[in-house]
Amino acid sequence: MSATPHSDYRAQLETLWEHDALKIVAVIGAIYLIYAAIGLVLGYSLDGIINTLRRMTYLIAVYGMVTLALNLHWGYTGLFNIGIAGFMAIGLYATMMLAKPADPSGAAQYSGLGLPVPIAIVGGVVIAGLAGLVVALPALRLRADYFAITTIAFAEIVRLGVTSGALQEFTVLGAELGTGGGRGLIRNYGDPMNAIFELGAFSSFVDLTNSLFGFGPTQARALAYSIVLVLVLAGFYWLIQRTSRSPFGRVLKAIREDEEAAQSLGKNTNRFKIKVFVLGCALMGLAGILWRFRRTGVTPTAFRPHVTFYIWIALIIGGAGSNTGSVLGSGLFVAILFEGPQYLRRVIDQVVAVDDAPNTFAGAVGPLLSADPAPLVRYTFDEFLTLQFVIMGVALILLMQRRPEGLLGHREETAAAIPLGSRPSGAGTGGSGGGGSRGGGNSSGGNSNDTGDDPGTGVDHNRTHGHSNSASTDAPDHDHDIEPRTTTDATSETSETSETNETTHTGGEKP
Amino acid sequence: MSDSSANVRSAETGTNIDTGTDTESVSRPATEYSDDVELAVNRLGKRFGGITAVDGASFTVESGSMTGLIGPNGAGKSTTFNCITGIHQPDAGTVTFQGRDITGINPYECVDYGLVRTFQIAREMANMTVLENLMLPAKHQQGEALWRSVMPVARREVEQQERELLERVWDTLEFFEIEHIAEEKAGTLSGGQRKLLEMARALMTEPEMLLLDEPFAGVNPTLEKKLLEHIHELRADGYTFLIVEHDMDLIMDNCEHVIVMHQGSVLAEGVPGQITSNERVIEAYLGGEV
Repeated sequence: MSATPHSDYRAQLETLWEHDALKIVAVIGAIYLIYAAIGLVLGYSLDGIINTLRRMTYLIAVYGMVTLALNLHWGYTGLFNIGIAGFMAIGLYATMMLAKPADPSGAAQYSGLGLPVPIAIVGGVVIAGLAGLVVALPALRLRADYFAITTIAFAEIVRLGVTSGALQEFTVLGAELGTGGGRGLIRNYGDPMNAIFELGAFSSFVDLTNSLFGFGPTQARALAYSIVLVLVLAGFYWLIQRTSRSPFGRVLKAIREDEEAAQSLGKNTNRFKIKVFVLGCALMGLAGILWRFRRTGVTPTAFRPHVTFYIWIALIIGGAGSNTGSVLGSGLFVAILFEGPQYLRRVIDQVVAVDDAPNTFAGAVGPLLSADPAPLVRYTFDEFLTLQFVIMGVALILLMQRRPEGLLGHREETAAAIPLGSRPSGAGTGGSGGGGSRGGGNSSGGNSNDTGDDPGTGVDHNRTHGHSNSASTDAPDHDHDIEPRTTTDATSETSETSETNETTHTGGEKP
Repeated sequence: MSDSSANVRSAETGTNIDTGTDTESVSRPATEYSDDVELAVNRLGKRFGGITAVDGASFTVESGSMTGLIGPNGAGKSTTFNCITGIHQPDAGTVTFQGRDITGINPYECVDYGLVRTFQIAREMANMTVLENLMLPAKHQQGEALWRSVMPVARREVEQQERELLERVWDTLEFFEIEHIAEEKAGTLSGGQRKLLEMARALMTEPEMLLLDEPFAGVNPTLEKKLLEHIHELRADGYTFLIVEHDMDLIMDNCEHVIVMHQGSVLAEGVPGQITSNERVIEAYLGGEV
């Protein structure tokens, strides 16, 4: 404890805050606490509260995954993808068509390929990635804004395609498949999570949740599902963190900053853009699969464009370019904008018994003439779900005006496989002005030395001077300088630099 | 992936060079130019709609030289640059670099050949640090292959290569005496520092020839002197320079060879003394001042 324990404590907290994992745990934990506290105050049952938190976890995990994939596209590479819902739909639909039994029995409509669920999931991810490739090949030649239009058009083509009667049932290479049109597809195969649920250890998990929260088997399964999703989210985070902190990620960042300059520095930017777009689309496909593959079926309405914009809101809240921000943004989006209004509605409903609302807008506004706002308030309350969109819109506008960089977007996420910062080795410890070390430097040029303002000694100066200018002045000493370009060959370069090193170092040691 | 393409190219080069030996010897493959020609532009033509920006320009740049390319505005200097470095596809003519035909190559391929350019207005990656900016251009980065950057064992090699690269980056920073801004975001640098960064970044591609597009535009005299010092040092190390510049005195004082372009073609070519006394140049460009 120092003289100022308060500031000391604060500094400690601030260093703690620097850890990404802690940030996520703190923010999500705070969200859980608030929700749990409200539940407790209102006297909800324990299993009800846990169930609310489980649902939140599920949503945060799924939105987190897609937001991370979008961060790879937009935050790192600057690819304006507003067709997210389309890639999610392709992943899920493909998986279901691959997994559905080959011969439909009874009323179970369309047939599939009858593949095992894990293979079907891999297939769905691959197909989503291939869809990304199909979009990327022609579209990446377009300017950013036209590219965006292409992606949303693609997503709508996908949605209308699976809705249309034309693809309701079709045959590919002798296999009968179908999207089910507007009615969607029914999952007439086992729970995809059965591989886990049928484990021996799982029954003890069921018992545990039963004794802790009074959960039934269904709730226990849902809880396990959410936990699996959190693990997958961690995998997404790890993958994208690795991708962005690497030479690959560095090129992505460079494309975002100035693609033409990146090209002039020798980077085949199109190739990088295609790779990263395909990777992101495949991840979006996987998230789409995990989002809804346990449900009894899928309908095209789940993939309307607003899904895409939810993801964008989450990314903007967290800050584009930050993986931690992407997860945090998803947490805050789900807690405040997505689940918040509905939770609030339930709370209000319970605390104050709200009268029946008028059926029409006219019925709500009319009484205002007689200075009675109550019907309007009740009407508004009744339409809370619709109001949610308004709230989201307002939140988005406020964010863009007040904090366009989001929570963590301003932060530096180094694009290198190793931590940068101060010089790693002791090579730079030469003379005060760097005169001693400079000679050993610049392996691209061989013998490069300063000619003018060397702060070193006269000895040092003379030697380096003679060496570096040998091409023009005292060539006889250095035959190879006659053919300067050959000195940049790998072998001669090494000998060259080491020679120079020696010269300058001995020079630096005797001032 | 970038290294595989480079491999292919060096293989091609190998067959090309087969006629001679690959070191110090004289013979370069069949061009009409002698061995000490680094870059040869032959009857280059480029039209934009009805406008002929470059109209049969031909010139050569000698190995290890510092050559200036001057001309009034609209003479086609920048378009020539862009045609050489693949940003524009020339409509006619050829570009030969070290005896290899590089006409119409992709911009990103130039670096594989050993040719790199800078831009008139420095184009730093504003939201990346100076270190990141300088680590970007290095060739043959294993970690640019996605799987190597992700897979646990392969990544160790990537990290090793990154450490070596970082060493080189610091050397380059020291050469340009900008170590103190290593961790700054490039967007926060002053105009002069950006010019230095731009040149440092170009050097990180390990080029043999640098095309500098108005490197001294908007640079104060002190920095101009410093930049020139660096360029002369690098030239002494064997780099070749082709510099587009408006400042006549600067070109005349520092370049041993000057090319004058006018209306899309080469008006005159020679040592500075010849150029300043060439009447056509005086008429077209200097307006009789000199």
